[in-house]
Amino acid sequence: MDTLEIQKDKTDAQQAKAVATLTGSQILLNGLIAEGVDTIFGYPGGAIMPIYDALYDYNDRLKHILVRHEQGATHAAQGYARTSGKVGVVFATSGPGATNLITGLADAQIDSTPMVCITGQVFAHLLGTDAFQETDVINITTPVTKWNYQVTDASEIEEVLAKAFYIASTGRPGPVLVDITKNAQIQMAEYFGYQKCDHVRSYKPKPEIRKSYIEQAAELINKAEKPFVLFGQGILLGNAEQEFKAFVEKSGIPSAWTILGAGAIPTDHPLNVGMLGMHGNYGPNVLTNECDVLIAIGMRFDDRVTGRLDKYAKQAKVIHLDIDPAEIDKNVKTTVPVWGDCKETLPMLTELVQQKTHDAWLQKFRDFAQQEMDQCIDAEINPKEGELSMGEVINQLNQLTNGDAVIVTDVGQHQMVACRYAKFNNTRSNITSGGLGTMGFALPAAIGAKFGAPDKDVVAVIGDGGFQMTLQELGTIMQSKVDVKIIILNNQFLGMVRQWQELFNDKRYSFVDITSPDFVALAKSYYIDGQRISERNQVKDALATMLEHKGPYLLEIMVKKENNVFPMVPQGCSVSEIRLK
Amino acid sequence: MESQIEKQEYNITVYTENQIGLLNRIAIIFSRRKLNIESLNTSPSEVNGIHRFNIVITETEEVVRKVARQLEKQIEVLKVYYNTNADVIWQEMALYKVPTDVIAEQVSVERLLREHGARAVVIRNDYTVFEATGHREETDKLVEVLQQYGLIEFVRSARVAIIKASDGFHSKLKEFEQREPGDEVVENQYLNNRDKVFTM
Ligand SMILES: Cc1ncc(C[n+]2csc(CCOP(=O)(O)OP(=O)(O)O)c2C)c(N)n1
Repeated sequence: MDTLEIQKDKTDAQQAKAVATLTGSQILLNGLIAEGVDTIFGYPGGAIMPIYDALYDYNDRLKHILVRHEQGATHAAQGYARTSGKVGVVFATSGPGATNLITGLADAQIDSTPMVCITGQVFAHLLGTDAFQETDVINITTPVTKWNYQVTDASEIEEVLAKAFYIASTGRPGPVLVDITKNAQIQMAEYFGYQKCDHVRSYKPKPEIRKSYIEQAAELINKAEKPFVLFGQGILLGNAEQEFKAFVEKSGIPSAWTILGAGAIPTDHPLNVGMLGMHGNYGPNVLTNECDVLIAIGMRFDDRVTGRLDKYAKQAKVIHLDIDPAEIDKNVKTTVPVWGDCKETLPMLTELVQQKTHDAWLQKFRDFAQQEMDQCIDAEINPKEGELSMGEVINQLNQLTNGDAVIVTDVGQHQMVACRYAKFNNTRSNITSGGLGTMGFALPAAIGAKFGAPDKDVVAVIGDGGFQMTLQELGTIMQSKVDVKIIILNNQFLGMVRQWQELFNDKRYSFVDITSPDFVALAKSYYIDGQRISERNQVKDALATMLEHKGPYLLEIMVKKENNVFPMVPQGCSVSEIRLK
Repeated sequence: MESQIEKQEYNITVYTENQIGLLNRIAIIFSRRKLNIESLNTSPSEVNGIHRFNIVITETEEVVRKVARQLEKQIEVLKVYYNTNADVIWQEMALYKVPTDVIAEQVSVERLLREHGARAVVIRNDYTVFEATGHREETDKLVEVLQQYGLIEFVRSARVAIIKASDGFHSKLKEFEQREPGDEVVENQYLNNRDKVFTM
């Protein structure tokens, strides 16, 4: 019996053997297609030329978007990954091409974005010789990648690529970099057909679920009088929006989001009580310190969410659901850790929790929301006079998009305002740089977001400062005809830093006054239409014109120079010390 | 509870795949937190192809636990344990180079060396190299003693440690090689320790 089976295996193996002899570059591109990749963001150069040469023949199967800077490629890949749920793919050359990836890798690492970057590297025999455009990319990228690997032989490419996609997309996702020496790209190797990876011995994508903790969590929740849910991007990454909604609706628990969790349930959902953190909503911050059971789901208690840790939710029992064991007890001590994929743990929990409503407790959130509306929000989103505010622009935008657009934001005041006030009906529609706070993220990320969600309106909301960090990607938008709508909220300042200087440094405005080019003329030079407005009565029409315009459009809106984002939990303060003005 | 706040020596044992670059990945987890690695040893383990790092740091239990989780999160790391000195059998080896004439002249030196469990590895006309294995205080003590006799050179190895309660890695590895998780999972040491933390 045994011998027979072995013989049969052999013939199978022989049949499967060497479907073709291909170059390392061709093996790579075949692998990408087999992984379901349709779009690559990249920039060629010496050390990656063999791959680009092969790409010439794959043009019909792989769309390559030529960016204007490799940082742009990483953010575009991030935007793509965030809207589509797929792995973003980047090509870059060795040396400066590869070092230009660092910001995007760091951003993807801290925001758990699945991404595979392929970099060219000098010939293997030149490694370590300070060859032209040689940089030690593996060591430079180690702290900012989930995994990285240098390939020096074509025969490794298939297996390493499969591993790269597996690692990038499973468990807590993250960026992976594969550095391929030029000789390996050129070298011929036998190709056996692509085998996806589904197991790496030393890698456990998700910790195994322990039932007793689910039971303990359910018991805590069922006994709770003032339970409060904090949810983060883990729900989106785990594709667990339905499971989350079912849990929240059955348990009747008020739920607030981190900036990356926005959209996991719609903004209008009656149990969605708003945003957490430094510029989050009033109720969620204050009531964090009043709840009796805090249920954190797929979020990591970032310091921008918790404020001062030793005064954070000390009265509460904490249940933490997370796929990454290293997050448990990292910042906030948990009472019950529920490790595992929330797509699996949430339904188990839902089954055990009692169907409830928490009307009086929920009413507290509503009361705080009303106070916030009266004392803070109303003036921001419905000002009757004076210069334009950022909030009213976002508010008008909501009326036109009905909350169905993908909103991509840069970093600063406009980001906080957009995330606070934009309406999100759908998951994967708030694309922003959360953990790293990378200025320059939005324009390239919007390009990727559009490729990831071609049927959606993609609106980038950017500050005058951040726009000038990656504005060369207007060239990508022009060349690849990317239908993104760009709103620049121009306050003529590095607004967020100015706000801090006003509030905490006695208005000593140190290098926050920033001048800008004529953005509309700049867009025109890239053959992108646009206009600048500064009057209240123009806003609605201008936004409508932008949204109706076929193709990319840039709308510059002059807003109040010295406006502040409130509420605010000043740094070093507890969440209960949140200021409304 | 005390061990939670007080700093003490911890022996971190890391089982890994054998891959280039992993040492850097492990080292930066410490350097990023500005933690000083006091001793680091890499060696094969009892399982073919599985490497074992022994790392010693002086820190609080809380910090060590967080570091251990970050280490275990690395793709090529299979398993991480951390133990206090009481939980491990550990040794460090030291070499001492001393002028041979001094030793030949002074009979007391030989006695001293024997007392410290040192043995000669090389004896030449000009110098003799002794080896001693033991705990840090022991090898340190001998340095002190030999200083008086013109100690020329001293070097000590990294620490190697074996966990008293460990059953080795053969059976663990089987779990890792399994593609499907088992039904009953109580595998994780942190999870198991949670009982102490749960304070309802
Ligand atoms: C790459 C980078 N450099 C610096 C910062 C620090 N920073 C955070 S917000 C901000 C101001 C942003 O100004 P702008 O883009 O005009 O947006 P605004 O705050 O005015 O809306 C700065 C400089 C950053 N987040 N990222």
